[in-house]
Amino acid sequence: MSSKTPKATRHTSQNEGLIFEKSSAGKAAWKLPPLDVPEVDTGKLLGKSERKDLGHMPEVSEIEIIRHFTRLSTWNYAIDLGMYPLGSCTMKYNPRVNEVVSRLEGLANGHPYQPEKISQGALHILKTLSECLLDITGMDAITLQPAAGAHGELTGLLMVRAYHESKGNARKKILIPDSAHGTNPATAAMVGYSVENLKSNERGMVEVSALEAQMKEDVAALMLTNPNTLGVFEQEIHKIADILHAKGGLLYMDGANMNALVGKVRPGDFGVDVMHLNLHKTFSTPHGGGGPGSGPVAVKQMLEPFLPKPVVITKADGTLALEYDRPHSVGRVRAYYGNFGMFIRALAYIMANGPDGLRQTTEDAVLNANYIRKGLEGTYDLPYLTPSMHEVVFSDKLQAKRGVKTMDLAKRLIDYGFHPYTTAFPLIVPGALMIEPTESEGRDEMDLFIDAMKSIAKEVEEDPQMVLAAPHTTRVSRLDETAAARKPVLRWKPEQA
Amino acid sequence: MRYLPKSPADRQAMLTAMGARSIDDLFAPIPAEYRLQRDLKVPRQMAESEIVDWFRQRSQENGIEYTSFLGAGAYLHYRPVIIDALISRGEFLTAYTPYQAEVAQGTLQAIFEFQTMICELTGMEVANASMYDGSTGAAEAAMMAVRLTGRNSVVVARSLHPEYREVLTTYATHQGMPVSSLGYSQSGRVDLKELESAITDQTACVLIQSPNFFGTIEDVAAIAEIAHKRGALLVVSIAEAVSLGIVEPPREADIVAMEAQSFGVPLGFGGPYCGVIATREKFVRQMPGRLAGQTVDRDGKRGFVLTLATREQHIRREKATSNICTNQALVALMVNIFMTVYGKVGLRELAKQNLAKAAYAADQFGKHAKVLFAGTPRFNEFVVQTSEDPRVINGRLLGHKIVGGLPLAKFFPELGNAALWCCTEMTTRTAIDTAVGVLAESEADEPSGDRAVEEVAR
Repeated sequence: MSSKTPKATRHTSQNEGLIFEKSSAGKAAWKLPPLDVPEVDTGKLLGKSERKDLGHMPEVSEIEIIRHFTRLSTWNYAIDLGMYPLGSCTMKYNPRVNEVVSRLEGLANGHPYQPEKISQGALHILKTLSECLLDITGMDAITLQPAAGAHGELTGLLMVRAYHESKGNARKKILIPDSAHGTNPATAAMVGYSVENLKSNERGMVEVSALEAQMKEDVAALMLTNPNTLGVFEQEIHKIADILHAKGGLLYMDGANMNALVGKVRPGDFGVDVMHLNLHKTFSTPHGGGGPGSGPVAVKQMLEPFLPKPVVITKADGTLALEYDRPHSVGRVRAYYGNFGMFIRALAYIMANGPDGLRQTTEDAVLNANYIRKGLEGTYDLPYLTPSMHEVVFSDKLQAKRGVKTMDLAKRLIDYGFHPYTTAFPLIVPGALMIEPTESEGRDEMDLFIDAMKSIAKEVEEDPQMVLAAPHTTRVSRLDETAAARKPVLRWKPEQA
Repeated sequence: MRYLPKSPADRQAMLTAMGARSIDDLFAPIPAEYRLQRDLKVPRQMAESEIVDWFRQRSQENGIEYTSFLGAGAYLHYRPVIIDALISRGEFLTAYTPYQAEVAQGTLQAIFEFQTMICELTGMEVANASMYDGSTGAAEAAMMAVRLTGRNSVVVARSLHPEYREVLTTYATHQGMPVSSLGYSQSGRVDLKELESAITDQTACVLIQSPNFFGTIEDVAAIAEIAHKRGALLVVSIAEAVSLGIVEPPREADIVAMEAQSFGVPLGFGGPYCGVIATREKFVRQMPGRLAGQTVDRDGKRGFVLTLATREQHIRREKATSNICTNQALVALMVNIFMTVYGKVGLRELAKQNLAKAAYAADQFGKHAKVLFAGTPRFNEFVVQTSEDPRVINGRLLGHKIVGGLPLAKFFPELGNAALWCCTEMTTRTAIDTAVGVLAESEADEPSGDRAVEEVAR
């Protein structure tokens, strides 16, 4: 055990009701300037469309709002407080300069329809980020339009479908490994494809012989996450790509785990035809409690005609423009050009790193995951012995014998000052503990984490009931999710008088 | 590298601890022939000051110091400063999706309050935690109507934002979901006669926008009656959320799909924004997206969790209501704070100022050009038809540091030389008068047919 200062102790956590419970008529946090045009008769202008009452909208003062949200914020865990080892989520540091540059006036207040002449700055950002992402992925063309990873998957598969249709046959199926994230099959369904599962082998990888048997002419694509959700690099990736390509299929890569690859290896070089990136994972844009994300899709040349429109082009005079005349485009997947604010942040992150920093980042991410693996091997069951990249997946097999499951271990971890790891995923590992430390953790935080996990394993042996009742230090204990779903209360309502 | 918290000695010690000789050992699983042997072609590592400078230059090339009359789904409203002060707190900014409820009560309670306020404003019974944006929200709402009715087609108003229509078309293409389009009448609203004949026994929903793309307010009750009579649902898209302060919400709708950008979200060249879907309680199990719900902990204390996850992709996989995974939590928090700041009274006063500015501007423009759909109630946008191509007029306005209304020829060629103008509480009378003056000069001149149209607006 380390002699370092433990990560967590209790501190005062203030109570705070719902904002509606603080509201009373006559309080206000707003003030409008005097109107410089004539007042209007709203009834005359709007007739029966005029709204008279805004129901139970709150009336509160500014200080109450500040305290309300500040108190709420203190009930959250955050990267800024410490390690957030959620597997496949890549909870890395969110640099503050990203926030500053995304709020610069011309960028924050740029209207999506303002003339191109006065949009050159924004277009320049789109173009520069695109070029960076293309070299990072080794692909030929890119769209930044998709709003999130799953939205990128949708866009990618739409392009896959358009490509096959251009060859005269849209095909029927998408192959998806059983280790895949739930968005993959959900996306395939949205594009009108049926899903065929591909079983992983005992090493946690795609079984090449099974793929060979399942790869028929009616398969449009394989959706592969690489490294996969076990954190394992698909070592036979070139064979996988060859098998698909030989039958006219395409290789789609879910870039959720790109943090293991940036600067070290490029998907475009190992046979990937289309892939999405998650700027909110690999490229440090903040998760913000669940979004916004951003899911650019990069493709090989043969898919370029199908990119969503518009695309950024350079005109003869050197200025940038948006090109809408794209007859083969799959269309639009979102209004305007995507989550532009995230592009600014991702580009600022790339600039802060440079080629050397990006490579070091990847190396540190892989180093950290392997350090945890080494530190916890023996204490927790490691279902797949295949080498880990940026994340490691244990199972609760040893602890389950004492009746303690992965979710219980995760809840106990909260008491040690850490956010839980990803539980119960991937589905191919019963009782999974999926741990991705990212590069943002130093050795001290890693040691504290390993110590915490070891200590919890010991507690499971000595006092499993205590672990089952965790967390013990949070402002609420375990919440009744079953009741929440059985009789949903999805909004506040005033108490009946 | 300033974001990496390890010294070279730390790295070496960690490698030694795990019995590795060098970092290359850990990358051995990647076949050697694929390993990149060169530096990435990205900008060199830059100092923070250089990064700020670079983006400052981009900002300066992006139309600062212009007054804009653009709306069309993206609106410039004042953003109270406490929005950024609060969302910049690391506990909001750098938290993940609140799956681990015990350490995410802040985010969860905020979402619960957001859902409540969206219900109050839209007149619906339940609202989700947010969608990507208004365009994808509208498409998802249409797909939801398909699931609810067991019917497959969608009738969509041409007065819905053209880019929303394009997104719907993209989404619908491979789902066996025929989309037919519904025209507008002389009043700039949905053509009710055409609606009667457009709905078939396979119509899952009618999708309209109100205030619509032209800024006019639809007769939602009449449209709902026609749709419901034929067994179709009514989906109403709201692109200008501030309208809800003074315009009666579409209470007769079955699903509301709104874009909440107007509520404190920067224009940001088009995103990130904040879509949200609201509906009736009985439809909640077919609603896509995350939902926060109230529950109790083991001691009976009130708390909040993400709920009804059996609708979602991580449980249902290919049978999920949608593939959507993220929401727009941080943007929804901006919206939440904005709604809280303005509240019951302020939102109405804010909306009233928008109404007054647009009414004044439309009156002024009307003295020199034709304001279309003039008799129909509208909120803060209106269509001005000129004898000259609005792109030419806009070229002239740019010289006065004014960005004129959005030329509509690309989307609505039948309207001729028309442009969509928007005024918010941020639009000054001076700017309006200047714009009207420039337009008046143009209209007074003999229109020169062969004058080159400069591509100044899309």
